[in-house]
Amino acid sequence: MAVTDLHAAGLRRDERVERWKLFGLASPAILLVLVILVIPVGWLFYVSFVGADGNFSLENYERMVSRKSYLRIFVTTFQVSILTTALCIVIGYPLAYFISQLPTRWANLCLVTVLLPFWTSLLVRTYAWLVLLQKQGLVNQWAISLGLWDEPLKFVHNMTGTLIGMVHIMLPFLILPVYGAMRAIDKDYLKAASNLGASPRRAFWTVFFPLSTPGLFAGSLMVFVLCLGFFVTPAVLGGGRVIMVSMKIVSNIELFVNWGAASSLGVVLLVLTVIILWIASRFTRLEQMAGGGH
Amino acid sequence: MLNWLKSPASETQVTHGQRLWLYLFAAVIMMLLVLPTLIVIPMSFSDSQYLEFPPETWSLRWYRNYFGSAEWMQATETSLKTAVLTMLVATPIGVLAAYALHASKLPYIRAAFVLLITPMMVPVVLIAVGAFYAYVKLQILYTITGLVLAHSLLAIPLVVIVTGSGLQGFDMNLEQAARSLGAPRWRAFLTITLPQIRFAVVTSMLLSFLASFDEVVIAMFISGGDNPTLTRNMFNALRDQIDPTIAAISTIMILITTLMMVLVAIFGRGKT
Repeated sequence: MAVTDLHAAGLRRDERVERWKLFGLASPAILLVLVILVIPVGWLFYVSFVGADGNFSLENYERMVSRKSYLRIFVTTFQVSILTTALCIVIGYPLAYFISQLPTRWANLCLVTVLLPFWTSLLVRTYAWLVLLQKQGLVNQWAISLGLWDEPLKFVHNMTGTLIGMVHIMLPFLILPVYGAMRAIDKDYLKAASNLGASPRRAFWTVFFPLSTPGLFAGSLMVFVLCLGFFVTPAVLGGGRVIMVSMKIVSNIELFVNWGAASSLGVVLLVLTVIILWIASRFTRLEQMAGGGH
Repeated sequence: MLNWLKSPASETQVTHGQRLWLYLFAAVIMMLLVLPTLIVIPMSFSDSQYLEFPPETWSLRWYRNYFGSAEWMQATETSLKTAVLTMLVATPIGVLAAYALHASKLPYIRAAFVLLITPMMVPVVLIAVGAFYAYVKLQILYTITGLVLAHSLLAIPLVVIVTGSGLQGFDMNLEQAARSLGAPRWRAFLTITLPQIRFAVVTSMLLSFLASFDEVVIAMFISGGDNPTLTRNMFNALRDQIDPTIAAISTIMILITTLMMVLVAIFGRGKT
């Protein structure tokens, strides 16, 4: 009896050691994340609480609250993020629905139109919109020659251009998880609904739409969080008129070499992102968000 | 045509006609997704200072400009080197991590997974600022080593997720069988598991390459000196003026991306 107990304990110990060894295989990746990400960001936290005189102070945060310009930057950031997410939902949901209803072969072909921009460099796409939307750009040229408007309209270096570029870049992040959720919906539910007398519209809103919401939620969240920290597209298409938090962080360091100001902004941005993700993680699995993008 | 419009589009009996708006809408959006980028390609072959479509006279002058510029060539070399090295660093590290998370049954797995995908969630500007600080300390600012490390950080979540989902479709009992026949774990992994998840691994490699090759914000901070990346130089050029050389570079980048996508499509076919 005692001998078998001892034996079992030994086996359990061996198994534990084995598991730890296996777990150790993840250590290079974990080490990299710690050294390049966690420790430096922790340092930013620390710097944000150091004042100009080198002592602990809240002056970086006080500046953020007291100055109107900082408030405006946060308002702009939320404005851009909310509008981009809303436009992505309005445009992306119907498109995902359309593609999900096609036979697999056609659906894959249509998905290429979503994946091609997804894979194409962010800079290239931002540049493309800059070229298309500028004063002498194609959009203005064609619209004027068609008589849609007389004077070239200003689409870039403002909010309009920023939103167009952002929506173009974010759409795939919304469409892919929504499409995945829609594909997973069992068509028999819809058949059952219509057999029970539901009109097509009713079957869609009471059966199909609720079943697709986890994907929609995951996608919208992904888009929103990505927008909050976005830099390249607003910097180029906003032309200095649409200032987001990330741009202010960069200019605080590049122009003013003010690490305190930059890191306090960074901390606020990070905390906002974490809060949103944390709230969201109670409703959805984070893996789902990330997994949609294949 | 009329019959088609009146025929039901789905089992819930909406006709195609009632859905016509959806088809038109989808067609317009799909065009808007693809065309803006593609229109840069013909523009890059224009002879004019200004970007025109369609170009009035064709020429390769912007390509000559690009290939003739020591600065652009140097940046391209840095970007390609960094991307290849990132692929070679991030893939094995990430695959090991994905395997560890999959096979080890410790209670910390979920925490480790969340840690490994944080680079995806943290705003990239913060990673850039943090890396800048760390690199000053480690004295690897403006080096390719530094770029590769930071870009690997970005690539690891992609590798962990893609390889992880590949492992999910693999029956670990097969590896167990190999081990019960006497193969050590590493050998069982290399000869049994790895060949089974090779599509996920190849996809991970290509994604790592692209993640690095496309990256701008981190490169803005930690590349420079003798080693600016292509995207860093492009971004700076974009802030100043609309230089048609960028159209030529963009065209080349689109070609590279398309090539990667085709490779993934070829290798990804066997994906479960």
